[in-house]
Amino acid sequence: MAIVEHLESEGAAVSSGGGSDGVRRRDFINIAAVSFAGVGAVAVVVPLVDQMNPSADVLALASTEVDLSAIQPGQAIKTTFRSQPLFVRHLTDKEIAEADKVDPSTLRDPQTLEQRTVDGKKQWLITMGVCTHLGCVPLGAGEGENRGEFGGYFCPCHGSSYDTAARIRKGPAPKNLEVPKYSFTSDTAILVG
Amino acid sequence: MSFPWAEQYTPKHPVMQWVDEKLPLPRLVYNAVGAGYPVPRNLNYFWNFGVLAGLALVIQIVTGVIMAMHYGANTLVAFGTVEQTMRDVNAGWLMRYAHANGASFFFIVVYLHIFRGLYFGSYKAPREMVWLLGLVIFLLMMATAFMGYVLPWGQMSYWGAKVITGLFGAIPVVGEPIQTWLLGGFAPGNASLNRFFSLHFLLPFVIAAVVILHIWALHIPGSSNPTGVEVKGPQDTVPFHPYYTAKDGFGAGIFLILFAVLLFYAPNYLGHPDNYIEANPLSTPAHIVPEWYFWPFYAILRAFTVDFFFVPAKLLGVLAMFASILLLFFLPWLDTSAVRSGSYRPTFRKFFWILIIDVLILGYCGGAPAAEPYVMISQIAAAYYFAHFLIILPLISRFEKPLPLPNSITEAVLAKYGKTDGETVAVAAE
Repeated sequence: MAIVEHLESEGAAVSSGGGSDGVRRRDFINIAAVSFAGVGAVAVVVPLVDQMNPSADVLALASTEVDLSAIQPGQAIKTTFRSQPLFVRHLTDKEIAEADKVDPSTLRDPQTLEQRTVDGKKQWLITMGVCTHLGCVPLGAGEGENRGEFGGYFCPCHGSSYDTAARIRKGPAPKNLEVPKYSFTSDTAILVG
Repeated sequence: MSFPWAEQYTPKHPVMQWVDEKLPLPRLVYNAVGAGYPVPRNLNYFWNFGVLAGLALVIQIVTGVIMAMHYGANTLVAFGTVEQTMRDVNAGWLMRYAHANGASFFFIVVYLHIFRGLYFGSYKAPREMVWLLGLVIFLLMMATAFMGYVLPWGQMSYWGAKVITGLFGAIPVVGEPIQTWLLGGFAPGNASLNRFFSLHFLLPFVIAAVVILHIWALHIPGSSNPTGVEVKGPQDTVPFHPYYTAKDGFGAGIFLILFAVLLFYAPNYLGHPDNYIEANPLSTPAHIVPEWYFWPFYAILRAFTVDFFFVPAKLLGVLAMFASILLLFFLPWLDTSAVRSGSYRPTFRKFFWILIIDVLILGYCGGAPAAEPYVMISQIAAAYYFAHFLIILPLISRFEKPLPLPNSITEAVLAKYGKTDGETVAVAAE
């Protein structure tokens, strides 16, 4: 204690005498204490913010397996992947031809049907059923639903139209319907995720 | 806090004297909304809407706290508990309809309150802070209303939540992580519902706190008035109580009658039938629309359909929608005219009414399906909205020749009744 008191009185003496470096001991303690409290505050903010991120049970959702055997050409099914809709469409030859006819460079999000499907399985178009505008579920997967003017999907919320390769063609959506990561486990089954 | 001629609080009852000495709360109330607050004598009925907004907030908090007593914030039961409140809870239907329609009435009176401020130039110096705090309240109200609409977990709740949080997804790079963070998942789910409930309960009390600041900021310069001429002396004011407590009381009566008419005779008129279908993540309603009070902003959001240079249409729409509200924060500095009241600004007045019509058109388009001709009309109307504030208003302020202002509030009042200043003394003597 005696040493501390000694140093303190010395520091005060230095500052009052206009010490050479102009930094008082008290200033140093003040800055150090406030900085430390600041670091502590930031450290506390991290969990406060992070608790709002998806919890482990939400993240731990398993992948989805889809049986394709019952889907006839021209048909589509709607299933879920990570609690969001997933569209699985069996394209007809006409739809494939329509998609191939389009010059990708004229598209908002240029992609060919090949790039959006698995090699040799061009007739299977697997996309998320989530409009890339604001996340609505586009129509067109169900029987008799409005498929929009390009014959693919039509989002009823803000009028985005997708073509037969689920590429954005008209309306406010910026991107094509997202193709999730998936693989064929057999000729008639896929594993998404 | 008040004019020098404000009556000072002098507690007569010994109990009140004792309280006032220890905690001058009675004094505060007396000076804020009692006889101790002198108010311009010429306020018209448009000045009722501040108090009515306060009344609407009280109705929302009371009915809302009661609703929370019967609600389960879990996606498995939320829809059911709301229906149970409607059918099984004693007077539960009344509480829910009062809360749902109360939100609409809250927005009606707040829109009229903002309208009053815009027309009579209430946002101008020295009341800029009152205006800014009012806008903060408005933003908080919109957030609260949005989250409240999600709680019944119907189809519109779910898809509304998805679309609105999708707005944040439009932000480049960080958009998607922000959206996931807001929802606590990849789509609205249990985590989203719980946090919305928690915040929906909290925010009204934050609003109440900002309302106190709003009133505090108002009481420093005192209320504005329809002439826009500042108070010059005691003859220009009357005490808040009993004059304006009576006038506001009358307004509150009218408000409650209209509220009761909607509540008891057409409680679902402003709602969407789709919200009586439980949330289904696999089926989007054919026509997603927010509640009517968001329509003008929703129209601006949807007005952008093509990319502009490298900015995607989606981001443009989101930016424009937020900008349409944030723009109002700059209003006190965009309108530089020294004359406050629209009554003395002939050019401003014409454009003011055009703006009102423009906003009504936007509102109509926001509620209509996203198809032509509504998209094109919203584009024109949205462009005009921004042009009004950024181009027209500053130009009017510069070139308009305002009408002659009355010398004082009293002169304006007396002129209205064909009296001259000489008679003031006689009136005062009465």
